[in-house]
Amino acid sequence: MTETLLEIDDLHVAFDTRAGVVQAVRGVSLTVGRGETLGLVGESGSGKSVTAQAMMGLIDVPGRISGGTVRWCGTPLVGEGVRRAPRNIWGREITMIFQNPMTSLNPLMTIGAQLQEAVRLHLGLRGAAARTRAADLLNAVGISGAARRLDQYPHEFSGGMRQRVMIAMAIASEPRLLIADEPTTALDVTIQAQILELLAELQSQLGLSIILITHDLGIVAGLCHRVAVMYAGQIVETGAVDTMFEQPAHPYTQGLIRSTPLLDACDDRLVAIDGTPPGLLIPPAGCAFQPRCPVATAPCGVPQVLTPTGTGAVACCRAGIDAWKVGAA
Amino acid sequence: MGLPMMSFRPLRSFLSELWQDKAAAIGFAVMVLIVLMAVFAPVLAPEDPATQSLLQRLKPPVWDARGSWDHLLGTDNLGRDVLSRIIWGARTTLTIGIVTCVIAAMIGTTLGLWAGFMGGRTDSVLMRLVDIQVSFPGILLILLVVGVLGPGVWTLIAVLSVTNWMVYARLVRGIVSSTRQMPYVEAAEVIGCRPSRVIFVHLLPNLVSPLLTLLILEFTNIVLAEAAVSFLGFGVQPPDTSWGLDVASGRDYLFIAWWLVTFPGLAIVVTVLSINLFANWLRVTSDPEEREKRFARTIAAKRRRRRAT
Amino acid sequence: MIEFILRRLFQGALVVLGVTATVFVVTRLAGDPVALMLPLSATAEQRAAFSAQIGLDQPIWIQFARYAQDVVTLDFGDSLWQRRPAMEVVLERLPNTALLVATGLGGAVLLSIPMGAVAALRPGGLVDRLTTSLSLLGLAMPQFWLGLMAIMVFSVMLKWLPTSGFGTPAHLVLPAITLALTPLARFTMMVRAAMIDELNKQYVQTARAKGLTLRRILRVHTLRNILVPFLSISGWELITALSGYTVVVETVFGWPGLGLTAVQAIQRGDLFLVQAIVFSIAFMIVVIGILMDVISKLIDPRIELN
Repeated sequence: MTETLLEIDDLHVAFDTRAGVVQAVRGVSLTVGRGETLGLVGESGSGKSVTAQAMMGLIDVPGRISGGTVRWCGTPLVGEGVRRAPRNIWGREITMIFQNPMTSLNPLMTIGAQLQEAVRLHLGLRGAAARTRAADLLNAVGISGAARRLDQYPHEFSGGMRQRVMIAMAIASEPRLLIADEPTTALDVTIQAQILELLAELQSQLGLSIILITHDLGIVAGLCHRVAVMYAGQIVETGAVDTMFEQPAHPYTQGLIRSTPLLDACDDRLVAIDGTPPGLLIPPAGCAFQPRCPVATAPCGVPQVLTPTGTGAVACCRAGIDAWKVGAA
Repeated sequence: MGLPMMSFRPLRSFLSELWQDKAAAIGFAVMVLIVLMAVFAPVLAPEDPATQSLLQRLKPPVWDARGSWDHLLGTDNLGRDVLSRIIWGARTTLTIGIVTCVIAAMIGTTLGLWAGFMGGRTDSVLMRLVDIQVSFPGILLILLVVGVLGPGVWTLIAVLSVTNWMVYARLVRGIVSSTRQMPYVEAAEVIGCRPSRVIFVHLLPNLVSPLLTLLILEFTNIVLAEAAVSFLGFGVQPPDTSWGLDVASGRDYLFIAWWLVTFPGLAIVVTVLSINLFANWLRVTSDPEEREKRFARTIAAKRRRRRAT
Repeated sequence: MIEFILRRLFQGALVVLGVTATVFVVTRLAGDPVALMLPLSATAEQRAAFSAQIGLDQPIWIQFARYAQDVVTLDFGDSLWQRRPAMEVVLERLPNTALLVATGLGGAVLLSIPMGAVAALRPGGLVDRLTTSLSLLGLAMPQFWLGLMAIMVFSVMLKWLPTSGFGTPAHLVLPAITLALTPLARFTMMVRAAMIDELNKQYVQTARAKGLTLRRILRVHTLRNILVPFLSISGWELITALSGYTVVVETVFGWPGLGLTAVQAIQRGDLFLVQAIVFSIAFMIVVIGILMDVISKLIDPRIELN
């Protein structure tokens, strides 16, 4: 494996609510290597976005990091004993784009001003040089007429265009890792494809690592090298994309794949996973997927540990059984 | 909805949540005390507020060397007991405030419901009327009207009601017209609910809590306005008592009898402040989202403090 | 833009018309101007002569027409009390009120923004709770009482500042502070609430993800975004100050501005002067409203002026 950039170790994030403490992320460990694209997959509420925010230091009241560490090239960013994260990593080495491009830009500042803010801060360019650089960035993400568009406000851009601006802003500092939190969820399907293509292009041009957070397995299949599947605040399975799509080990991963319409695997009928994810106010002691799992047995009531397999790891004592065929039979 | 209602259990949970916020709890307690003071003024007040006594003029409060237990807060230039006047003043203030708020709220709510429900032309005409009246020069116009019609409690109530209904109309109209576009109300109309049912089942429940909060906040505005107008000599007239009036009459003795201005004014401050503290809490509590945020902040603050020590 | 201003001017004209009509109705129909303006000792002949002199013997619609004409030509007649044109008195007193309001509100604006912003940085923290409590206290204090207490403490007991009057900068201190306190409290609460709201928005996350410091985000991003609501509330406070605060504060401190003059004119039954003052303040309110809308549009390009 290549040089490790980001390393998350046993991350816990909790939210204080009137009803009690919600354990949104419960012991997530991940690594991202140089030039690698990692897909972080799960349904809404599985804790994938919260994990991403924790990586960027964006967890705010009512949330808090309740355990674990995040390290960048060995330097701790988040965790026990880190009072203030080292400067010039967030926003420079690691950048992030968000789900909803409609609200991600400041509506009262021109696109140019917002781009130049990043350029000034991270590249130290001023005045005309900053403006030229901002225009170059817009060109790089495929926005034509950059010079004119710099003076426009976000409301004069379409959703797809705004996401391009967000990407331009995110690559302004020539980062090594880009976290993309559901970057295409709010966009039309045709625009989605364009944005994903842009991300892939930038990755090969700039040698960027990407963490792609999504609930859409189709996107993962097209773009990622490795996948981590999250369920109820935990990673239940990781592995190389190809292996995981061919031989998903965890019943939940199997269910996810079977419930996703994939163009090249349309011989099976789609199968829905019955039930809903558990509430995380009082997280289940054992396997969180147990209540919905067709092959659950008694040992599933004890905590499941990620165990290495050939190409990845899985947290399931019944791993490898073709859960949904058995269940359907 | 977080408001104290009918049965015993909601009242208990209301009180226990209120207790969490000390400032609001104190505000609520003081509010209740002031209301009791106004209701039982004849029993509580040691003397008649209008009884003059030339021998007892300008006595300082009891803790002053020249003070006496006969007049806890001293006496004014006509020998009237300051404490008794403050207790009776609560009556005037609360009565004017409540009556005015209720009248203004009734006018405003009716017009707001009408505008929001009818929409179209009625709506725009009514709201234009609100816009215009909102830009009227407030107190100045009140003074003019009172100056011409002659001062008095009922003139004051009438004028304050007519100049304060607009906020209610705006609030009600805003909620009604936005709620009407909610899918569940549209659905109710599509399946053929009668307008009265739509109003009572779907619209009114959305109005109760914001209206109540607004009513409480507006009440403090009326208290302050009444005090100011009475202070200027255009409101409550002697022999009636009013805190604003007492501050005005104490003004001439500012150099020799500090207690005459201080205590009636403090009564106003304490009343308005306690209501504001409670209303502020109530506003947050009746909004589930804000309530959740407040909880999170309290927890976060506690955690910070623990870490600091 | 031009069309918008014209439309607002039309609406403003409606406001001024509404105010003048109210004044007309109140003074001519509900009250008896002659009784109000002449002393009780005036004889019947004197009353009749005065009534004819100011046109009260005419039918009501002619009276209104003449009154409307007065309004349009800005000629409100002579003040009975000052024995000179009412408009002249207004123009003479107006700068004093303007000075007081500008100092007081200006100070409140300048102080409230940092105070509200600091409180918003850590909602529920010590600074926040202190600021909020002080603001609530400020909102609970009637200005007339605050002014008198200030006189008592700073003029009578400490003898630092003059009790009342006009002329030197020292005379301005207490009235300006008294006038400023309520708006200061209201502005601070507003800035705090709006800042908290803004800081929770997605674009702030973007700015943080860019690596900007919280201070820069406050200064460059959120401050700009709360400016529009702040502007509208300060316009509102300006209007309230002109038509309410100044009346009280000027009376307490004997400050020779429009507010004090209005109170004195009403007490003396000087209807012409009162009309002139009410009209000028209504006019200023309308102009302020239009200015606020235009400035908002300049700050926020998304606002459609309709």
